[in-house]
Amino acid sequence: MKRFSVTAAALALVMGATPAMAATQVEWWHAFTGRLGDLLAEQIKEFNESQDDYEIVGSHKGNYSETLNAGIAAFRAGEQPHMLMVFEVGTATMMAAKGAIVPMHELMSDTGADFDPEVYMPAVKGYYTTTDGKMLSLPYNASTPVLYVNKDALEEAGLDPEMDLATWEKVAVALEALKKSGHECPLTTAWQSWVHLENLSAWHDVPFATKDNGFAGTDTELAFNGPVQVAHIQAMADWAKDGKFIYAGRRNEGGARFRAGECAFFTESSAGYAGVKKEAEFDFAIRNLPYWGGAAKKGPQNTIIGGASIWVMAGHEPEEYKGAAAFLNFLSTPEIQAQWHQNTGYLPITMAAAGLTEEQGFYEENPGTEIAGGQMTGKAPTGNSKGLRLGSFDQIRGIIDEELEGIWAGDKTAKEGLDSAVSRGNKLLRRFEKSSK
Amino acid sequence: MHLDSAMSQRVTFNNKLLPYLLLAPQMLVTLVFFFWPAYQAARSSLYLPDPFGLSEQYVGLENFTFLLEDPYYRASFLTTATFSALVAAISMGAALWLAVMADRVIKGSGAYRTLLIWPYAVAPAIAGVLWLFMFNPSIGVAPYYLKALGYNWNHVLNPGEAMGLVVAASAWKQVSYNFLFFLAGLQAIPKSVIEAAAIDGAGFWRRFRTIVFPLLSPTTFFLLVVNVVYAFFETFGVIHTITAGGPQQATTILVYKVYSDGFVGQDLGSSAAQSVILLLVVGVLTIVQFRFIERKVHY
Repeated sequence: MKRFSVTAAALALVMGATPAMAATQVEWWHAFTGRLGDLLAEQIKEFNESQDDYEIVGSHKGNYSETLNAGIAAFRAGEQPHMLMVFEVGTATMMAAKGAIVPMHELMSDTGADFDPEVYMPAVKGYYTTTDGKMLSLPYNASTPVLYVNKDALEEAGLDPEMDLATWEKVAVALEALKKSGHECPLTTAWQSWVHLENLSAWHDVPFATKDNGFAGTDTELAFNGPVQVAHIQAMADWAKDGKFIYAGRRNEGGARFRAGECAFFTESSAGYAGVKKEAEFDFAIRNLPYWGGAAKKGPQNTIIGGASIWVMAGHEPEEYKGAAAFLNFLSTPEIQAQWHQNTGYLPITMAAAGLTEEQGFYEENPGTEIAGGQMTGKAPTGNSKGLRLGSFDQIRGIIDEELEGIWAGDKTAKEGLDSAVSRGNKLLRRFEKSSK
Repeated sequence: MHLDSAMSQRVTFNNKLLPYLLLAPQMLVTLVFFFWPAYQAARSSLYLPDPFGLSEQYVGLENFTFLLEDPYYRASFLTTATFSALVAAISMGAALWLAVMADRVIKGSGAYRTLLIWPYAVAPAIAGVLWLFMFNPSIGVAPYYLKALGYNWNHVLNPGEAMGLVVAASAWKQVSYNFLFFLAGLQAIPKSVIEAAAIDGAGFWRRFRTIVFPLLSPTTFFLLVVNVVYAFFETFGVIHTITAGGPQQATTILVYKVYSDGFVGQDLGSSAAQSVILLLVVGVLTIVQFRFIERKVHY
């Protein structure tokens, strides 16, 4: 802790030495470029212009992994920003770093800012909340996977474009018809681990890991080699073998093919909406992520989120924390949230923002955009569907990607691949458990 | 021989301190930039720290046993060996062939050489992206034509194709560098030796095999060392952009794993242990190269 006070003193000196500084600068490191980066910059600009006390300074630090790394490296050097955008898989890492972060509920009470955790959507904030209900970070961009459908492709294959696609059983029938008609890419996906294992597990209310997916302790073990997951991955593997499922890559490489009209079905984040809407020259629809009718007899549970949240880092001045709290509150206002939700396809993080979007008639004008929100809020989250809190999770996803590639290539069965991923991942969880003690 | 005459006229300095003073800056640089980081890596390899550096535990050799018990880590050695051998062989082979050809060109040789040297100016990550675009299974030019020929290119799932692609991209980038040295080496070979052989009736290939190649051996040896080090350490950008180590772990070379465990996984203990192992591997490799291969080199 001594290092912090030295840094703080140095900072105070620098601050003091700068004559008549009008606004307190608050740094925010983020991972957005392109259109998202522009929208983010607009939010910062709007906040800065709305008051004179604080100035938010946004800096782009690379992709999600790079941004988290930049934050960690900066912390080690005593140069950390006030706010850091951390993707959802980094949540456990941030949580374990008790001396490096200021939990959001603490920030709000310390600075005396208005804060009512009840306004946030339970399924969204749940991912970033402790088991006793304390919010740790502000969900900034949260999305959930949905099914994108190329209606023209279904029609060409002699299918009804409005057909029921709620279950994978029904999707399988459509895949068969598409294949028979000579379609070259009936189904593709983005973020395979997130969609087809993490969300599949929550959607069917089965554990991805023990101890409430890691929420109840770091002594959690992976459990995604259960019967539901194995059956799903095996079905996908069979589709891959028959040329019905085309694997395009670990990230969202499949998106380019879907948007170009080459693929009929595409499982991807709801945040992919803006891109599809802009580029697709065909009639498309958004549907709920399918579930297995046989495995989820009472219908699906709820899906979980992906994306990032904003963490406040330790070691700064009270005045700067006030600025950070004001900014986080600004981001949570219904107007800003509704605008962000409508522009990007990310979920509205507050109930009020969803209500405002509804009022403005956005869902009516853009059918399908309400699907993601409904999927998250349909049922109250269970221990299996609150989210995931696993250490070394970025690496575990890498392991899952590797094993899934082995399965798609036909080198391993679904059971073999998932068993191997579980045992390899568990070793990393044990290391994380040990290192965070 | 001229060395001997230089020795006999040696100038002597009586100041005992001066040599140390003159050496000091170099020693300091080596200490600060080599020994200190190496010591840090060795030390970290015995600890299990948390990512933020808030705490660490001494774990002895656990980081090493954790690694060596992992069959995927052991497989990474073979991947690295295959990758390095292919990159070194292909980039040096191609460069030697191009250098021999460019050496024979009389008109416009400057233009040829400049063009051949150009790829060296391309950063590894950019080279990776270029090759990735050409071979992208869904939008690439090469898979499009391969498909017309009846071959379905998909390095996203096919380990062999993925390895081929990263080898090609890495080797391509290094050809220019090797070309430069080979060309210089070729031009340093006295023309009279080659002309004498030609007069004796030796054809081009015989001259190459019996005179040019042996006389080039110092250059070849130097390039072998440089290329192996290049394949080990500098191809990171290429692999990161093209395959990110996949599919499965087909292109995860040792250095890539250091990166992904250390920077993506925040597992600094394991990452440090891997650096130490890598340090040992390169040390052994260098000894092997200098002891066994250098003997065959004619200076």
